[in-house]
Amino acid sequence: MQRYIVRRAFQSVLAIWVMSLVVFGLARVTGNPLDVMLPLEAGPEDYERVSKHWGLDKPLYIQYLIFLGKALQGDFGTSWKWHGHSAMGLVWERLPATLQLAGFALFVSVVIALPIGVLSAVMKDTAWDTLAKIIALMGQSLPGFWLGIVLMWIFAVHLGWFPTSGRGGLEYMVLPAITLGWFQTAAIMRLVRSSMLEVLDSEFVKLTRIKGLSEWKVVWKHCLRNASIAPLTFFAIIAGVLMTGSVVTESVFSWPGTGLLVVDAVRARDFQVVQAVVIVFAGIFILTNLLVDILYAYLDPRIRYR
Amino acid sequence: MATATVRTFRGHALPRVVQALRQARRYPLVPVALLTLLLVIPALLAPVVAPYDPLKGSLAKRLKPPVWQDGGSIEYPLGTDKLGRDILSRLIYGARVSLMVSLVAIVVGGAIGTGLGLVSGYFGGRTDALLMRLVDISLSLPTILLALVLVAAVGPSFATVITVLVVLLWARYARLVRAETLSIKERDFIARARVAGASHVRIMTRYIFPNVVNSLIVLATLQVGYVILLESALSFLGAGLPRPLPAWGLMIADGRELIVTAWWVSMFPGLAIMLTVLALNLLGDWLRDHLDPKLRHV
Repeated sequence: MQRYIVRRAFQSVLAIWVMSLVVFGLARVTGNPLDVMLPLEAGPEDYERVSKHWGLDKPLYIQYLIFLGKALQGDFGTSWKWHGHSAMGLVWERLPATLQLAGFALFVSVVIALPIGVLSAVMKDTAWDTLAKIIALMGQSLPGFWLGIVLMWIFAVHLGWFPTSGRGGLEYMVLPAITLGWFQTAAIMRLVRSSMLEVLDSEFVKLTRIKGLSEWKVVWKHCLRNASIAPLTFFAIIAGVLMTGSVVTESVFSWPGTGLLVVDAVRARDFQVVQAVVIVFAGIFILTNLLVDILYAYLDPRIRYR
Repeated sequence: MATATVRTFRGHALPRVVQALRQARRYPLVPVALLTLLLVIPALLAPVVAPYDPLKGSLAKRLKPPVWQDGGSIEYPLGTDKLGRDILSRLIYGARVSLMVSLVAIVVGGAIGTGLGLVSGYFGGRTDALLMRLVDISLSLPTILLALVLVAAVGPSFATVITVLVVLLWARYARLVRAETLSIKERDFIARARVAGASHVRIMTRYIFPNVVNSLIVLATLQVGYVILLESALSFLGAGLPRPLPAWGLMIADGRELIVTAWWVSMFPGLAIMLTVLALNLLGDWLRDHLDPKLRHV
């Protein structure tokens, strides 16, 4: 187990390192890095400042060490589009909004997916089960950004139930959360259904029935508890999907989080901000993956010897 | 898959039509029909079936609604966008773009992954250890972020999108092919080929490769839909294909701010993506069940 954790942790560090190489390399292999780091409108004094900040007159390996040293201290330079802000400061400022939305989306999708998944397993091959299958299939096929636009069109523009965009009270979160949580809802539901089917078929469930427990207790207490291990491990994938999704969803609903920040930064060619967001997101993504893999290995010993 | 029975429980023969229908249900007719209509015909015959040039529009005809709404005309059955371009024509050429991007990305990524997977599984040892670490790392990179950095650095283009998709795709093929190679190379016919004097390259290409083709086809089919979704999301964000290419993701992005006044601009490309991906998923599931049931977990 310890060997597995060490190996897995080493791999995560490597992945973050590769990401830093990608960010560093892309700015420099394509000719003059200043052309990448600064937009066309930048003046000579901007060139001077950025060149000095990153040591661009020095040899490449020294530049990388400077980059790495600064990155480890959380210094990714100053933003071009948002004057007077450090790139990292902007990321920290926007991160709470992203986490709030992602958390709410996750909550909504679990609340929807769990009961439907359980019921479709209990009532296998009924109309209810077919409905669940259709939802699952839609979850795989609907482009999230388009779903967001459709929801906005129906519920915000036509019915006027929710605001179209921005951040405020709970009503601002409903449509973005559904958009962001859509894929997970389908995926969690599928997983819950298949692991519930497996558990419902097992010996101990028959025993609980023989004991005379109510059907409600059998399903919702004994089965669900045993069936929730598989969906739990799915959370690594969810971390990735939420992150990808937040970039898309936030730009549809103008939700002022990190995802919108990075899209705006790409459009304004604000490379300093892009690299800060990318490194932070990659770090979160890779760490979540690591934690879940360790948790999984702990729950299911077979994984360790793969 | 249960075999279709021709007789009912009581032994009565079923009418011919019912028999034929039952036979038909064993094949994925709906997804194949959908795909032919949405992807194959438009992609192959775009200049023939598209009524207009997808890039040229007239500002006089801008934002015409679809034919069934007030002000719509049969001239532009699905309406026009804000530059007066025909949406139907753009959808048709868009199918071509989507299909091209996903095929190129999957062929290149699949070829790289298959090659490395064969080498990794066949030789084992250090090569294998190194390649599999690379696979692990590549699978743990956040794709969309990679795409955003790349676009921030070199700008959106066809090549950028393909690069991002290939970086994302190759690892799954490498992992799959390696796993299959590991078991195939222990089989008798490989040992015999070696005794007969076949070279390593020959064994990999002529003896092992044909045995992994089924799994490759299934994985590739399941990935086409995924790649189309990803490409359209990237294009929507401005990190994919550049304008004015008629890419479905870009068309949805164009219609975003018009959602109050002209819903049709982003609604139709979204429907096209949804139906295409849905059909591809259904077809992929069917292929998996029939060609390679052991891939169920993929």
